[in-house]
Parts: sequence; C-alpha cells; structure tokens
Amino acid sequence: MTNKDVALALADLVAIALFIYGLHELNSPATARRGNRYAMVGMAIALIAILVQTGAVGWWAILVGVAIGGAVGIVAAFKVKMTAMPQMVALYNGAGGGAAALISIVEYYVSQNGTASLDIVIAISLVLSLIIGSVSFAGSLIAFLKLQELMTGRPVTYPGQQVVNALILLAIVGLGVWFCVTLGALPPAAFIGLVVAALLLGVLFVLPIGGADMPVVISLLNSATGVAVAIAGFEISSVLLIICGALVGASGTILTVAMSKAMNRPLTNVLFGAFGAAGGMEPAAGSGGPQQIRQASADDVAIMLAYANKVIFVPGYGMAVAQAQHSVKALADQLEKRGVNVLYAIHPVAGRMPGHMNVLLAEANVPYNQLLDMEDVNPEFSTTDVALVIGANDVTNPAARNVQSSPIYGMPILDVDRATNVVVLKRSMRSGFAGIENPLYEMPNCSMLFGDAKASVDELTAAVKAT
Amino acid sequence: MTDVAHYINFLTILVLAIFIGFEVISKVPTTLHTPLMSATNAIHGIVLAGAIVIVGQLFGGTPTVLLTILAIAAVTLGAINVFGGFAVTERMLEMFKGKERAK
Repeated sequence: MTNKDVALALADLVAIALFIYGLHELNSPATARRGNRYAMVGMAIALIAILVQTGAVGWWAILVGVAIGGAVGIVAAFKVKMTAMPQMVALYNGAGGGAAALISIVEYYVSQNGTASLDIVIAISLVLSLIIGSVSFAGSLIAFLKLQELMTGRPVTYPGQQVVNALILLAIVGLGVWFCVTLGALPPAAFIGLVVAALLLGVLFVLPIGGADMPVVISLLNSATGVAVAIAGFEISSVLLIICGALVGASGTILTVAMSKAMNRPLTNVLFGAFGAAGGMEPAAGSGGPQQIRQASADDVAIMLAYANKVIFVPGYGMAVAQAQHSVKALADQLEKRGVNVLYAIHPVAGRMPGHMNVLLAEANVPYNQLLDMEDVNPEFSTTDVALVIGANDVTNPAARNVQSSPIYGMPILDVDRATNVVVLKRSMRSGFAGIENPLYEMPNCSMLFGDAKASVDELTAAVKAT
Repeated sequence: MTDVAHYINFLTILVLAIFIGFEVISKVPTTLHTPLMSATNAIHGIVLAGAIVIVGQLFGGTPTVLLTILAIAAVTLGAINVFGGFAVTERMLEMFKGKERAK
C-alpha cells in the first residue's frame, strides 16, 4: 500500500463513520437535519477520494453525467409536492438500481475486451447486482407510473400470471448460473437476454400489486436497491459500496417488515396475493343491501367540534389526494383557539409510503408531538368527543377486529369507533381500496359528511369560526 | 489465497454493516420514515463512486460509443440519487418543527 492508498482508505473510513452517525441522528426530529448534513459531508469526502483514486480518468464523461444528474435531482427535489413523495422515492430507488445494473453491464463488456478479468466472486456479484438492480429499476418505474396515476393503481392481473413470472425467474436463474460457471463467457445474445428478462420480471412483479400496498413495495424496492449496491461493491472491490448498500438494505428491510406487520399480512401475500382483485370482491359477512348511514351537515359537525374537549383527526390517503393538509391545520388552529385538545392519529400504512402522513402534516406546520402512532393513540379514543376521519377507510374498519371472514381480519386498526362521535369525511360511499364495506359507517355514533376532503374541512373551519 | 482472504474480509464487513444498519435504523421513529427513505436514497447514491470507477476502467481501454453512453447513464443515475436524495431530505426535515408544548 502506498501512502496515497492509505490516505484514501482512511478518507473512506471517515465517510463511512459520517454515514452511520448521520443515520443515527435520524432517531429524533430535533437532530435529524444535522444527521442529513453529516451524511452529505461523508458523501463529498467519499466522492473526492474516488476521483483521486481513479485519477479522474474519463473526467469529461463523469462531468457530463454529474451535471445532468445533479441538475435533474436538485430541480426535482425542490419542485416535488409533498403529496408526491412516494413517486419521487420510487424514482430514486429505480435510479440506484439502474446505476448498479449499468455498472455490471459496462464491467461485463470491459472484461470481454480483455482489459479486466472475472474471477468467480466477481462473476457472481456482477450477475447478482445486474439482476437485482434491473428488477428494482423496472419495478420502481411501474410503481412510479401507478402512484403518479399514469396507469391504473389497481392490481393488473391475467390468467397464468404466476406461471409466467415463475418461467421468467427460471430463465434468469438459468442464464445467471451459466454466466457464473463460464466466468462471463456467454454468447452476447444470452447476456442481453438476461438483462431483458430481469427488466421484464421487475415490470411483471409490480403490475399485480395495488395502490394501497405501495408502502410495502416501495420499502422492498428500497431494500433491493441497497442490496444491488452492496453486491456491486464486491464487483469493483469497494468497501464503501458494500457498507452503504448494507445500511440501505437493512433500512428497507426494517420498513418492509413494519409495513407488512401493520397490514397483518405476510409479505408473500402482499406480493403475490393481488389484494382487492378477484379474491377481495367477496362481500364482508353480514352485509346485504345498501348500508344504513346518517348524513350530517357541515354546521352540525362544526357545533360538535366546537363544543368538544378532545378531537382526534384521522388522516388517510384521501387527505393527500385532496391536498387538504393545510386546511386541516387551519381547522385545528380554530379549534385550539377555543380550547379544544387536538391530536392526530397516524396509522402506519396510511398514505402511500411509510411516514407519508407525518410529512404532509409537518409541511402544514403541525408540531410532530401532536402526531400519535397507533399504539399511543388507541387508548385515547375512549375519552375523545369527536374522531374526525379525513379520507381514511380501511385503517378504521372495525371488521378487522371481529369479522373473521373479512379480508382485512386481524389488521391492527385505529379504534375510532370507541370515540363518543365519529365523523367521516368521504367523497362518496365507494368502498376503500380493499373493496370491503366498512361497518363503522352504520354504527349509531357515526355520521358522514360527503364531499372533497379539502372543501369539507374548509367549510367546517368557516362554520366553527361562526359558532 | 490472498484473493480468498480479500473476499472473506469483504464478507465480514458486509455482515457487520448489516447488523449496524439494523441497530441504527430500528431507532428511527415512524414520524421520520419518509425522510429516512429519501436519506437512504442519497446514501445508496454512493453507487456514483462505483460509476466513476467503471468510467475509469472503460477509458483506461478503448471505449466504444455505446459503452460510453451506458457509463454516462450510470453516472447520471448515481448523481440524481446523491443530489436529489440529500436535497429532498433537507427540504423535508426543515419542516419537522416541534413546538415546545407539554404532551
């Protein structure tokens, strides 16, 4: 090792320490921003070190890539609406996966031209990072299209779907093993076939997964990208990539498990169950004929709210769609002015990605200590005067507690029905994503206020003001 | 033999990093899960370093036009992760303010 090598290795070590400490600082909203800055410094050190190491060979290509990518990344980061964060993160996951796959592809062709050689470890890691990266890239693009509503958010299913996917997977495994056994000496057509098959698998694997399951899918793709990057580290002998990839892989895995748990569904069921398609249409037990519901006017609800002691807001994806977070905060301000205690109940899978509701409400300046997790808020409902459900449905469905035949039976829910009064703001009586009737709406303490979430909340604010 | 030792070292580092990742990330509160995801997007942007290495290898030999384009694309995607990931995380975290209030 020359002195230069030692210095570069130490620079990498400093960068790694900054990444880990930065992530550690994300353990509290108070220190999180500092943590992000530490990670930025770490990244700057790591990138300078790598440029010194390679002598910036091919500098103009690097410059072009960084200029385009940097500009696109920064503009997108500042323009994106908070409601669109799930799509944004999906794209970023895809970008990371795509980059890992491209590295493998270029590495393969460089080795074919004899300027680098593949040993068995490099061959295995090359092919794995190619496959996982490609699946993550293509899958993330589909997730993006679904979330951006450029294609249907409903599950896309067709007969024989599982068989087709299994065959493609088999082809990928076969080609991958062939690649490793021959140390990369595949016919070029077979290598291209491998890339195409992996991309196809990514597309077909996300297609049958519906919008409400996106929190799981995004977390899983996040994890996959981390794994692809870690494996790419083996390919190019970079400890930095191995560690960063492992950290991201661990993070994505933790989120995936947390989201599956919050839906009380094993991961395999989310991925292969095509929830809400054929199987989910089965009506919940005890249903028959139209539901008996009570409709309330904005004025009735406003009076209920204005004279309450404690109100809990229960936001869901409907609030995000209607961009109602600022209106919700205005209503909360109005109520707090009258001495009402206002809290927010956040279900882990409310919205389209982990923590989605928290970010939206933070954007509207709701202090984070008013946002309560499911375990903390559930005991509060029994002493609550009004639970105001804003565009949430399945996460409040009491059928999950007691109707064994319900597709969501066993899913932990927010116990809004235990509040003295429940008011549900809803666009119409259309059932939620899962296609299940919500018996909450028939309960004697529940009333419905129909209309766009933002318009309804604004009306309530005006009516409370007038009270 | 040295090659094997080299890879065993990498494997050791990988396993330890996974454990550290689980320890550190499991302490992140649910309220910060969205910024956590975008921050990890930025961190896997380290793939940009990999792309820089691969550009170096490519230009060390005789690069074809197609491979040059692919390598530039890898750099571009990595750079989107790094710059976009950190910027959007910063923007989100700026919004998380806690009012000094009991409860």
